Amino acid sequence: MNKLLTARNGFVAVLVAFLLALPLYTAMTGNSFLLTLFTRILILAMAATSLNLIMGFGGMVSFGHAAYLGVGGYVVGILAYEGVSSGFLQWPLAIAVSALFALVIGALSLRTRGVYFIMITLAFAQMIYYVGVSLNRYGADDGLTIQRRSQFAGLLDLSNRTIFYYVCLALLFGTIYLVWRLINSRFGLVIQGARSNDRRMRSIGFPAFRYRLVCFVIAGAMCGLAGVLLANFTNFISPAMMHWTRSGDLIVMVVLGGMGSVFGPAIGAIALLLLEESLSRFTEYWQIILGPLLLAVVLFARGGIDGVLARIGRG
Amino acid sequence: MAESLLRIEGLSKRFGGVIGSDNIALDVRAGELHAIIGPNGAGKTTLISQLAGEVTPDSGRIEFGGTDITALPAWQRSMLGLARSFQITSLFPEFTVLDNVALAVQAHAGHSFRFWSNARSETELREPARTALARVGMAGRADAIVSRLSHGEHRQIELAMALATRPRLLLLDEPMAGLGPEESGRMLALLRELKREYTIVLVEHDMEAVFALADRITVLVYGRVIATGGPEAIRANAQVRQAYLGEGDAAVLNHV
Repeated sequence: MNKLLTARNGFVAVLVAFLLALPLYTAMTGNSFLLTLFTRILILAMAATSLNLIMGFGGMVSFGHAAYLGVGGYVVGILAYEGVSSGFLQWPLAIAVSALFALVIGALSLRTRGVYFIMITLAFAQMIYYVGVSLNRYGADDGLTIQRRSQFAGLLDLSNRTIFYYVCLALLFGTIYLVWRLINSRFGLVIQGARSNDRRMRSIGFPAFRYRLVCFVIAGAMCGLAGVLLANFTNFISPAMMHWTRSGDLIVMVVLGGMGSVFGPAIGAIALLLLEESLSRFTEYWQIILGPLLLAVVLFARGGIDGVLARIGRG
Repeated sequence: MAESLLRIEGLSKRFGGVIGSDNIALDVRAGELHAIIGPNGAGKTTLISQLAGEVTPDSGRIEFGGTDITALPAWQRSMLGLARSFQITSLFPEFTVLDNVALAVQAHAGHSFRFWSNARSETELREPARTALARVGMAGRADAIVSRLSHGEHRQIELAMALATRPRLLLLDEPMAGLGPEESGRMLALLRELKREYTIVLVEHDMEAVFALADRITVLVYGRVIATGGPEAIRANAQVRQAYLGEGDAAVLNHV
């Protein structure tokens, strides 16, 4: 059988085609609702993809990943407020600051394992959240409106909905491709080896900690970039961007889509946000439906949606 | 006399009130196969763990190839050429056999901060891994997923991973544990071959194997060395016989 023609690949191909063509639909109907919804989905898919790198492949379950969304967003928001709206400055700086936060958080948290790691990453994220709350100059609790989206010297007009959508899409694909390269590289094998059997890694000569830390920093930087997009998308920053429930949402996306699968988190983000969107039309208690659905996935569909697709292909 | 590759002095380790190692002194000469035997709970694995760097001794000194390694972490000891295999199989179960061994090669092929090119297509890593697998008779199973293989095959992969790090000293913790008679025979033949090339510290319960392979034997009882010497001397040693009488294993000493 042709290895390329599996259910999973077919599904991904259709999905990619749909995402590429979506702005056409908006252009034809003039209905921008879907475009807006999917722009948000793409951004959170990117954050989930970055979380999957450490959680799915590295076995580091961070419960504070939304912090980098906030850090990336705040760098953009603060710079814009202070009159610096060049994207050439904002974006690299936001990525660098996110990486720096991840470096400090990772250097301390990665000394712990399991539940302790989950708790300490949550604690750090909460600290950053409250820093956001206390930034009176930048709106504190209420947040801060961004007057101008990042400027790219006229090369890229982010205030154009379609262009912004495609920028997000390209960056999501770029992130997924990067993760795919990473996990198959020497570095990626070390990360996955350390998830699988840390003791064995040390006994064959790997100082696993430094590899984990670098992985944690890469994921933080990626998520920081998603934060940049999110701030530009909503034209707004507030501590809510990095609320701990957002970190939880990211974990749910990864688990729902498929931990340790390259496309899984993006699929999970699409599934979760579409469910949220459609269920919340029927009832404001939509989470009552979402909860059991998630339980079912965890109990009966290990490997998430992507895992199910892979199994259909084999069966 | 060959000079010693591994020298242990005054090594002690307590776990609460339990003595794991009691003032152990031991010399492993370059080129020899040095077996460590003793009744259950004698502290054999505790000793191996201290040598490999997983357990820190309370006092004492470990010297490897003239370097004091007492305070070095496990991965640095591996870098110096100390390889261990585990009594309880410790592999990467969801990886293929070749991936497992290639990771061991990779650990000794420079740093792994290489983020882009596909590590699975690097001959520099795959070839030495295949060689190590061929060495233990697993060449045909390179692409199998480890978790689907038998216990006996796991033992062989353990050994291949140790060999893949190009060690100067092999620390083998019960390589024959849980093997059937036929598998044991094959493992014995393999160890006999490896012994020609490597300095080996062997912890093993199978007395027949120990007396067939060892150049020298050290006997541990309650964490203390009660005798060290050639197989003949050990067999004749009254204290050793006494120690094994309790377990009814003294007969074993006679037959081998």
